[in-house]
Amino acid sequence: MDFLVIQALTGLASASSLFLVASGLTLIFGVTRIVNFAHGSLFMLGAYGAWTFTSGLGWAAHAGPLGFWGGVLLSALAVAALGALVEVVLLRRIYQAPALFPLLATFGLALMIEDLVRLVWGPEDLLGPRAPGLEGAVTILGQKLPAYDLALIALGPMVLAGLWWVLHRTHWGVLVRAATQDRAMVGALGVDQSRLFTGVFALGAFLAALGGAVQVPREAVHHALDMQVIVEAFVIVVVGGLGNVVGAFLAAVLVAELNAFGILLFPRIGLVLLFLVMAVVLVLRPHGLLGRPEGETRAAVPPTAGCWRPAGATGWAVGLALAGLLALLPLVADAYVVSVAAEILIFALFAASLHLMMGVGGMVSFGHAAWFGLGAYGAALAALGLGAPMAVGLVAGPLLAVAGATVAGWFCVRLSGVFLAMLTLAFAQIAWSVVFQWHEVTGGDNGLLGIWPDRWASDPAAFYWVSLAVCGVAIALLRSIVFSPFGYALRACRDSVARAEAIGIDRVRVQWLGFVMAGGFAGLAGALYAYLKGSVFPEAMAIPVSIDGLVMVLLGGLTTLVGPVVGAVAYKTLAIVVSSWTDHWPLVLGGLIVLLVIAAPDGLAGLARRVARAASRGAGPGGREPAS
Amino acid sequence: MPRSHIGARRLLQGVARTLAGALVLGLATLSVTSPARAADAIRVGEINSYTRLPAFTEPYRLGWTLALEEINAAGGVLGRPLEVIDRDDAGKPGEAVTAANELLMREDVDLLMGTFFSHVGLAVSDFARQRQVLFVAAEPLTDALIWSRGNAYTFRLRPSTGMQARMLAEEAAKLDAVRWASVAPNYEYGTSAVATFREALSALRPDVEWVDEQWPPQGKIDAGATAQALAQAEPDALFNATFGPDLAKFVREGTTRGLFEGRAVVSLITGEPEYLAPLGAEAPEGWIVTGYPWDTVDTPENRAFVAAYQARFDDYPRMGSVVGYAAMKSVAAIIEKAGSTDTDAMIAAAKGVMVDTPFGRITYRAADHQSTMGAFVGRTAVRDGRGTMVDFVYRDGAEVLPPEDEARAFRPE
Repeated sequence: MDFLVIQALTGLASASSLFLVASGLTLIFGVTRIVNFAHGSLFMLGAYGAWTFTSGLGWAAHAGPLGFWGGVLLSALAVAALGALVEVVLLRRIYQAPALFPLLATFGLALMIEDLVRLVWGPEDLLGPRAPGLEGAVTILGQKLPAYDLALIALGPMVLAGLWWVLHRTHWGVLVRAATQDRAMVGALGVDQSRLFTGVFALGAFLAALGGAVQVPREAVHHALDMQVIVEAFVIVVVGGLGNVVGAFLAAVLVAELNAFGILLFPRIGLVLLFLVMAVVLVLRPHGLLGRPEGETRAAVPPTAGCWRPAGATGWAVGLALAGLLALLPLVADAYVVSVAAEILIFALFAASLHLMMGVGGMVSFGHAAWFGLGAYGAALAALGLGAPMAVGLVAGPLLAVAGATVAGWFCVRLSGVFLAMLTLAFAQIAWSVVFQWHEVTGGDNGLLGIWPDRWASDPAAFYWVSLAVCGVAIALLRSIVFSPFGYALRACRDSVARAEAIGIDRVRVQWLGFVMAGGFAGLAGALYAYLKGSVFPEAMAIPVSIDGLVMVLLGGLTTLVGPVVGAVAYKTLAIVVSSWTDHWPLVLGGLIVLLVIAAPDGLAGLARRVARAASRGAGPGGREPAS
Repeated sequence: MPRSHIGARRLLQGVARTLAGALVLGLATLSVTSPARAADAIRVGEINSYTRLPAFTEPYRLGWTLALEEINAAGGVLGRPLEVIDRDDAGKPGEAVTAANELLMREDVDLLMGTFFSHVGLAVSDFARQRQVLFVAAEPLTDALIWSRGNAYTFRLRPSTGMQARMLAEEAAKLDAVRWASVAPNYEYGTSAVATFREALSALRPDVEWVDEQWPPQGKIDAGATAQALAQAEPDALFNATFGPDLAKFVREGTTRGLFEGRAVVSLITGEPEYLAPLGAEAPEGWIVTGYPWDTVDTPENRAFVAAYQARFDDYPRMGSVVGYAAMKSVAAIIEKAGSTDTDAMIAAAKGVMVDTPFGRITYRAADHQSTMGAFVGRTAVRDGRGTMVDFVYRDGAEVLPPEDEARAFRPE
C-alpha cells in the first residue's frame, strides 16, 4: 500500500512535467491552429538555458535557491522572447497559407535549432545542479520520495491555476478564449490578431521553456530532447482536447499514472503506452477528454484547389515524354546517381500516396510511414520466409499495407481533422512497436537482412528502370483515381461533408476506401525501398518517415497534383546532397526549408506557376488559380 | 574539424550533378566528370552517426584522425597515403546504405569502416556482403554482426555486449548477492546484455534468482517510477545496461530514493568516459563496471596514446577516441599485411592480423572475424569531483570469447 502511494506521487511528478510542455502547445494550437513542430526545440532551449544560467556561468551556483529559480525563470523568459521573434519574423508571413504549412516552417526551425544547440553547447550531455534546498528525499510512509518531486507536483497545478486565471480573469485571456472559438469573429470585432498571436506564441514558448528548465535537476540536458518531447506533448494535447488547458492536465495525469503502474505489470509497456492511451481515448471520445466538436474551421485544402483538370492528351503526352527522358538517365549518369534517382522515385510515389489522403481526401495523416513500413516488411517476409522472387515481394508488400490500412482506416475515418491525423499516428506507433518487439518474425530492431533484388534487377540501372516503371504507373494510376467518379466523391467529402452526404455519398465508406488505397500505394513504395536498401528495420515505419512524407507534400504544394512529386524530388535530393556535403546538414537543410516557406507559401509547384504566369502575363497575385 | 578533401569546386559539381541528374536528366551529361582526388591514395570510406550521437562520435572522429595523421606521417601504407572520406548516417540504416553506395560508386573507396548502432552496422554489413567490399565495423555491439548474421566481408573491432556482460558476470559471481533485478533499455543491446549476463551468472552461481526486470524505452526512461519499482522487489543487487541521458536520470533518482544503498550494482559500459564524465561528482561509487579509465591505465601504449591525443586536440580521450584510433590502425594493418587493396587479399589478411592499439596488441580471429580487443573491468569512484574507475583490470577479449571452432558454428556460412 505504502508503495502504491509513493508510485502514484512519482507519477504525479512526471505528470507535472508533461503538463508544462503540453499546456503551451495546446494554447498555441487552440488560438493559432499552428501545429508547432518546434515546441520540443523550445523545451530543449529552455533546458540548455537553465543549465547555462544555473551552472554553466558559475555565478548562480553560489546564489542558493534564488539563483536557481532565477536562472529557470530567466531561461524561460529568454525563450519566450525568441518565440515572439519567430512569430513576428516567420510565422506571421504564412498565416494565409494552407493550414498545415506552418508545420513545415517549424520543422525547418526545429532542424536548425537541433544543430545550433550542438554547436553552442557541444556534443556532451550536460548534468545541471540539483535544486538548492530540494536535493534530498522526503520520507513518506516509510518510503523515500525526492523533495524536488513534491515541488514539481505543486508546480503543475500552480501553473494550471495561473493559466486559468489569465484566461478567465483578464481581458487578454478573454480575447484568447474568443480566438480559440472563432478567430474570424474576433478579427471582425476589431481585435488586432497579430498582437494576440504574438502574445500567445510567446506565452506558449515560455511554458515550453519552463517545462525544460525545471527538468534540469532531474535529467541530463542533451541535443535529442526536442524529438523526445514533441510527440509526447502532442499526444497530451490531443488526448486532453485541443486548446483545453484543463484537459491537457487530466491527460498528463492519466498518461503518467498509467505508465507508473503499467511498468509494474508489463515492464516493456513504456514503448507504446502513450499511443495505446491515445488510440483508446480517441476511439471512445473523438474530440479528446474535454474537447468539444468544432464548427467548420479552415480545411486543410482551400476549396478552390478542387478545380483540378484532367491532364488531357497533351498532358499525357508530356508525362510519357518525361518518363521516356527519365528512362535515359542510366545512359548518362553514374551508378550512384542512378541509385539515388531510384530512391527519389520511390519517395515521389510515397508522397503522392500521402497526397491522395491529404490533398484529395482531406484526411491529414501523421502516421503514413506505417503503410510504407508494412509494405517493406511484407516484401521482406515474402522474400526471406517464402524465398519469393522480387515480383511476388512487390505484391506481398502492398497487400500487407492494405490489410493494415483497412483495420486502421475503419477507426480513423470516423474522426476528422487533427484527431484523425493523431489516430493515424497512434496506429503507426502501435504497428511500429509490434515490429520492434516481435523478434521471432520481424527480427526486432535488428531487422531483416538480405532482401536484394533478383539477379536480373540487381544492377543499379536495371533496378532504376523497375522503380521507374512501377512508380510511374502507380503515380499515373493515382492521378486517374482523382478524376474517376470515386475521386470526385472523395473530393466532395473533403470539401463539404454535409453536401456530400446530402447527395447520397456514403462518406465513411468513400473515405475508408481512399484511406486503404493510399495505404496500398505507400506499401508499394515501401516494398521497392526494401529491395533498394537490401534490409528492413523498424525505422522504415517510424515517425521521421511520416514527417518526411508530410514535408515533401507541403513543400511541393498541397493544392496541386504534381506538388507532392516535385516536393519529394526537391526534398530528397537536397537532403542527400547536403548530408553528403556537410555534417551540419540539419542547419543547412532547415535553413533552406525556412527560406522556401517564406518565398513560396503555396509550395514549389505554386511558386513555379506564379513565376510562369508572371513571365507570360506580367505580375499578378497568384497561388489560388486552378491547378493541373 | 577534419572534413576531408571536399573543396568548394567538388561540392558545386556534386550539387549540380545530382540536381541535374535527378531533375533535368538529359542535361546531366554535360556536368558529369570524375571527381578530383589525391593521386594514388588508398581511400577509406567511413560512416558513422555524427549528428545523432555526437557525444561518442566526435571523440571517435578525433581518434581516427590522429591515427590517420600518424600513419601518413610514417609514409602511409604500401608507400601510398591513406585518405578517409567520412559520411554521417543520422543513426538511420537506410541513410547508411545510401552513404555506403556513394562512397563505393562515387568516391571509389577501397573499403568501408565505422558505424555505431547495431542495426546500422548490420545494414552496412549486408551491403558489404552484397557488393563484395570489406567492412571493418568499429563499434556495433550486437553478437549478430559476427555470429548469426556474420558474413565473409565484415570484421568487428569492439568487444560485443555479450563479451562485456560475461566479464561482468564473472565479477558479479564473487558477490554474496542472491536476489537480482535488471534494468536495461528495451532494444537489442539491452535485451542481449541482460540475457547473456543472466546466463553467465547462473552458470557460475546456480543459486541466484531474478526478482524483477525493467525495460524502459531507450532515451525515455521514467526514472522515478522505474527506480521505485526496482526497490519494491527488494533485490540484493542490480544489473544495469542503461547509458547516456537515461543513466544520468536513473542515477539521480536512484540515489535520492536510496535504491543503491546496501545494494551491489553491476553496470555495463558505465565506466566509459562518455557516460561517466557527465555525471561529475554525482557519479555512483562502488559500481562494478566495464569502461576505460583513460588517465590511470599505466601501460606504455596507453600513455603514449593519451599524450599524443592531448597534444593534438587539447582534450582527453574518450572510449570513442580509442575505438576510432584502433579502427583506423586496424585498416592500415590489414592493407599492409595484404600487400594490396584487393578485397579478397584484404579479407585473407584480416584473418589473424595483429594490430597495436592503446589497449595493447589485438588480433582479429579468423573463425568469426571478431577482434580480441577487451575492456577494463573495475569499480567506479569519485576523485576530485569527477567519476573514475579504481581497482580495475584489463580483460582480454579472447578470454570471454568461445573457442574459435565453436564460434565458427554460430555463423551461417
